[in-house]
Formats: sequence, structure tokens, C-alpha cells
Amino acid sequence: MNSKTDLSKVNEIIEGYRSKKGSLIPLLQDIQSVFGYVPEEAVNIIARELEIYPVDIYGILTFYSQFYMEPRGKHIIRVCQGTACHVMGGKEMLGFLSDELGIEDGESTKDGIFFLERVACLGCCGMAPVVMIDDNFHGRCTIGSLRKLIEQYRSKD
Amino acid sequence: MIKKDIKKRILICSGTSGVSAGCEKVRKRFEDELKKRGISGDWEIVSVGDRGLFRDVLVDIIDDSGRVNYEYVAPEDVENIADSHLAGGKVYRERLAGDDYKKFFEKQTRIVLSNCGEIDPDKIEEYIASQGYAALKKALGTPAEEIIEQVKESGLKGRGGAGFPAGLKWEFTRNAPGDEKYVVCNADEGDPGAFMDRSILEGDPHSVIEGMTIAGYAVGAGEGFIYCRAEYPLAIKKLSRAITLAEKEGFLGDNILGSGFSFRLQVKEGAGAFVCGEETALIASIEGRRGMPVPRPPFPAVEGLWGKPTLINNVETIANVRHIILKGAEWFSSMGSEKSKGTKVFALAGKVKNTGLVEVPMGTTLRELIFGPGGGMADRKSEFKGVQIGGPSGGCLPSELLDTPIDYESLNATGAIMGSGGMIVMDAGSCMVDIAKFFLDFTVAESCGKCVPCRVGLKRMQEVISLITSGEGREEHIAFLKDMAPTIKNTALCGLGNTAPSPVLTTLRYFADEYNAHIRERKCPSLVCTELLKFEINEELCKKCGKCLPVCPSDAIRWKKKEFARIDKDKCIKCRACINECPFRAIE
Repeated sequence: MNSKTDLSKVNEIIEGYRSKKGSLIPLLQDIQSVFGYVPEEAVNIIARELEIYPVDIYGILTFYSQFYMEPRGKHIIRVCQGTACHVMGGKEMLGFLSDELGIEDGESTKDGIFFLERVACLGCCGMAPVVMIDDNFHGRCTIGSLRKLIEQYRSKD
Repeated sequence: MIKKDIKKRILICSGTSGVSAGCEKVRKRFEDELKKRGISGDWEIVSVGDRGLFRDVLVDIIDDSGRVNYEYVAPEDVENIADSHLAGGKVYRERLAGDDYKKFFEKQTRIVLSNCGEIDPDKIEEYIASQGYAALKKALGTPAEEIIEQVKESGLKGRGGAGFPAGLKWEFTRNAPGDEKYVVCNADEGDPGAFMDRSILEGDPHSVIEGMTIAGYAVGAGEGFIYCRAEYPLAIKKLSRAITLAEKEGFLGDNILGSGFSFRLQVKEGAGAFVCGEETALIASIEGRRGMPVPRPPFPAVEGLWGKPTLINNVETIANVRHIILKGAEWFSSMGSEKSKGTKVFALAGKVKNTGLVEVPMGTTLRELIFGPGGGMADRKSEFKGVQIGGPSGGCLPSELLDTPIDYESLNATGAIMGSGGMIVMDAGSCMVDIAKFFLDFTVAESCGKCVPCRVGLKRMQEVISLITSGEGREEHIAFLKDMAPTIKNTALCGLGNTAPSPVLTTLRYFADEYNAHIRERKCPSLVCTELLKFEINEELCKKCGKCLPVCPSDAIRWKKKEFARIDKDKCIKCRACINECPFRAIE
């Protein structure tokens, strides 16, 4: 985050929400959809523009699990840890991915290709265990099928 | 617009489960095959919502000779279906829906789900053609008090978990003083294992819009919010589109259908917090704050969103409204058991043959549901051990309780709750202590931290249960859990904390022997808790089949024909892939 155009984007987003009540969460969601995370500089700008304390913004960012304060790897891997997935082997899927990629839940690989996170439930319980990579759902996963998937993504990048 | 002259339709299930199964590729192939044969003009391809059964991909073909259901349709099957059915008028038997499919749908009473998998959610005219917005028209010509009376008489209770009578909530909100009121639809379906709200929002979004508008009219609200979890991008998309269409057609906005009643609706996207399913936390979140619950009273019906009277109902509750208005309270209350009326949608998953959404009248027994539409156990050889019902607030019930009728009262008596309707079937391969720990891990992570019983009490329970699953359990741990659980139940601030000990309490009650095995014998009878497993082959049980070999991801298994398998402990990552694969439970 160093170019000026980036920061102007933040101001642009703030303008769209200025007069609306209860808009802090959607505003931060918009910022995140542009940058992939919510940069510290953006927090300071929002605080100044909306005349609120930065701590109130950090309060939101740390409370809700979908906000990130650091850049994430290019491909987001979400491993469902819902009940059905748990019963059908979701824990093993997460363990395998963590071993294979050498990262824990909430971390990105050093090469910046993958970001791994566990999620509570993706709502596709009938296809458990489920792993989501970017916007694609992969149902009835096995360690073998995941290994293939990871290789595919690796070879693409 | 539906082309009236086209009667031939190809319905493709395209909700989230359809998408993940590859429905888009199937649709593309149908388009290509129709074009190739020059019959594109005769057929209409309709992307409908998910019908509820998880089968990749479900396709229905409707023409003059009737309707044919296909299942497991892969892109490469489309050419054959086109050849034989679309062009030749002959059913393609290879992918014809089988007996399990029939059993799954036959035994349901689909009211809330009646449009799911039947209409294109992006086309308002299809919804209107299925009596859509007729209830709204009827309601707008009826005094608001009468509408509330009907909802009360119907016996409709909140489908989100607690089961509070919906009509009473409506009445409280209407009677609360104030000119500015709100209606909120709780679509923050956070319970792991429940996905009916998502399917309704994706497959029949107008039913929620119509229900909310009727609710707005009845309670005197001019504005409504649908709070949907961000994990459901497709639902948010379908809903937003449906709202735009409804506004265009005059079912939302100013002076709806010339009645003088105005109502606006917007979607609020959640940001990933389970506790926001609790109504006061949800309100805080819509207001842009941390989603932390506050003590009730005052109830939201009196002091809710921005301090104004607010009606909060769950998606499934709202989706029932139009049917009650249209067909009457008596019709609705004729279904169900004595105190629980209507139907309930359950999300059936786990080790059951047919997974998906099942809608049955209240009072249906667990057995009728699991072995009826559910089709019994997925693996014929495995035996039913228990069913987890109600998510993190619910409990695990054993086979002795299979004949329990599913209604609010009967389930509460077992220590489980109806909850949102998630139902996970388990067999011998599921460890009940591990399941209890799983839910504690979940509630500890999702606790907002505001009140001590939930923040600290659940954490202590989690620590103790982790000792048990890792082989360090002691007898007094059971006594500790039995003491701590009711304390949290009675003292936590909100529903999340009040119900969080239920999975532990029910497993202690119905599966005490499993706790004992972990503590006294340092064994996990279900071979789940890895710290209690040796990862050794039991040569008395091993049949030398070698099935474990290919599934091992770390190359730790050695096996030759006619020899026992061996596990190299240095290479083993304890992933349990071999244990899940072994038909003889020979790996300990």
C-alpha cells in the first residue's frame, strides 16, 4: 500500500457511506474487497473522515472473523469444519493441507500462493467433507483429491 | 417472460450444491446439444434452485408426455440424454432417478420448499405463477389485527431454534408504542450442519420478501432488513435481484399495490460471527457495532433496531407466512403434533444415504425421517449409533430414542432441542466424546466474551474434555463437567451460552460408556481420538487385503499380497485415512 491511487479509493468508498447509519461494517467490507484486507492506513483515514476512534474500527475488525488486517495469499483455501464435515473427515483434510502447505490456520504460504483457513460451515453438508478454493466448492474430498487440486493450482501459478 | 408457447422445459438444479456439482457445465452442454440439433427454440432451459437432495447434478425434463427426473447427470451424459429424450422422446435409462430419489421426495410434505427446485428464482413471473404475491394482495385487504390473529391461530413457532410463537412476537411488536418500526429476517444461519435457510433464499427468495412485507404490514413497519451471513454469496445475489424485481413490479416500495402501505427492504451482509444469530447481537451488527448480546428485557419487539420496536423472525418462519395467509390458519394447524404445528425442514447429513433437505410434518419420528427420506445408513453394514440434532445448542440422541417425535416439546424432554434443524447421523466411526469436544471448540471460538460463564466456563469445560480425549482423563472430570454445565446453562447471558453445554450433557447422559472407555481404559472405541490410537495393525483382525495402502498420503504403509500390512510410525502423520478405509477395523 504505497501508491496514492490506492488511498483515493478509500476516500471514494467512504463518500458512498457518509450519510448512511450503521454503515461501518459494509464500508469495511468494501475496503476489503478492493484491497483483499483492511490496511492500517485505511483505518486511519476512516477514523479521521467519519470522526470516530480507530479503536472502534479495530473493535469491529477483530470481532468479525471475515476481516483481515494483513495481505493474504493469492488463492484462499477454506476448509469446512462443520459438523457433517467433522464426522466425514474434515479435521483430517485440514491436517493434511496444513502439513502439505507448511502453514497453520490463518496463515499464507511464503510464496504467496495459498492462504489457509478453517471455516465453521459452508452449508454444503451433503457433500462433506468440503473444501473451498477461491469461489469453487470441492465436495467429498479425500486426501488424494486435495493433493491433486493443490498440484493443479501450484502448476498454474 | 415465460414464452407461453414453450411447454418443454429442462430444469437444472443450480443452487450452491448444484454449482459445486458442476451444473453450469451441464447447462452449457444442454445449450450446445439443443443448438446442434436445431431445436433450441422448442426447449427452455431453466436454472432452478436446489431441490434439496445432494446428487450431482439433478435434471428434470418436462414435455407433453410428463416429467422425468434424472440424477447424477455429468456433462458427458448430456449428449445421450439429448439424443434419446430431447430428440427421440425416449427416456435415457442410465441416469434415470432411482428408488432412493423417489423415497427421498415421496415421504415429504413440501410447503416451505415447494418452489425450491421448481422455479427460476431470478424470474418473478414464475413465482407469481405459483400463487406468488397472492397472499400479499389478500393481506393488504385485511385489517392488520386479523392477520396477526391468523398467524397466532396457525400455531406457527419460530423455526430458528427457540420456538417462540411467531404470532405473539408480531402482536408485541404491533402493540409496542412508536411510529417507526422494523422487520428483520434472521438469515445468519450459523449452526454448522444447517442449510435450509440458504436453500430457501437461493431457490425461492420471493417467498421471504412476500412474508416480510406481510409482516411489515401487520406490525406497522415501513422498513425491513434481511441479515444474511456472508458465507452465502449466491443467496445474497439471488435475494438482491429478487428485491429489485419486486420493487419494479410494485410488491415493494411506496404504496404497494395501491394499498397506501409502503415497505422497503434491504440485505445486510454479516461478517462472520456465529453469535450474531442471537437477536440482540444481530441488531448490534446491523447497527454497525460488535455483535454482542444484551440482556433481555427489553425485548426487540419493544426496543430493537435503533431503539425502535423490531420484529425478528427466521427465514423459514417468514417463508411459512404466505402459505398461512393463503390457505388459512386451520389448514396450517391441521399439520403437525398437538403443540407444534406445520412442517419443519431438516438438513440431513453425515452417514446417512440420502443427504439433503427434508420437509416433514412436526411430530414425525426421528426413525421415520432418517430411515424414510434419509434412506437409512449410507453404508449398509454400518449401524446407526446416534443423531446430533440442533447444532451446537442441541444434543446427541442414541438409537433408543429413534422413536421420539420431532416437535419442540418432545425434543426438549430429551435434552436436545429442535434448533434450526440440522441433523447429523452417526455410526460406530463417530466418537461421542469427540463430537462433544467438537461443539465446545466451536462455541469457545464463537463466544463473544461478554459474560463470564460463557467465556471462562466453556473454556474450562473444553480444557477438561481435551484431557479426556487425549488420554489424561480422570474420574473427577466427569463430575466437573456435570457441575459446570448446568451452571453455565443457568447463568450465561444469551442463548449461545445457555445452550452450549447441551452437547456435553446429552453425550454424558446417553453415551456415558464412551467417556468411561476414554478415562478408564484409555481407549477410543470409535478409533477417532488420535492420541489414544497406536496406529498399529491388529493381526487378528487384518485380512491382508491391502486397502489401506493406496489411501495413505505419507507412504507409511508397507503391504505385500498375502501379508499383514505394516505402519511405519516415523512416516505416519496420524491422519486416520487408513482407519476410515479398513473394512475390518484392524488398525488400532
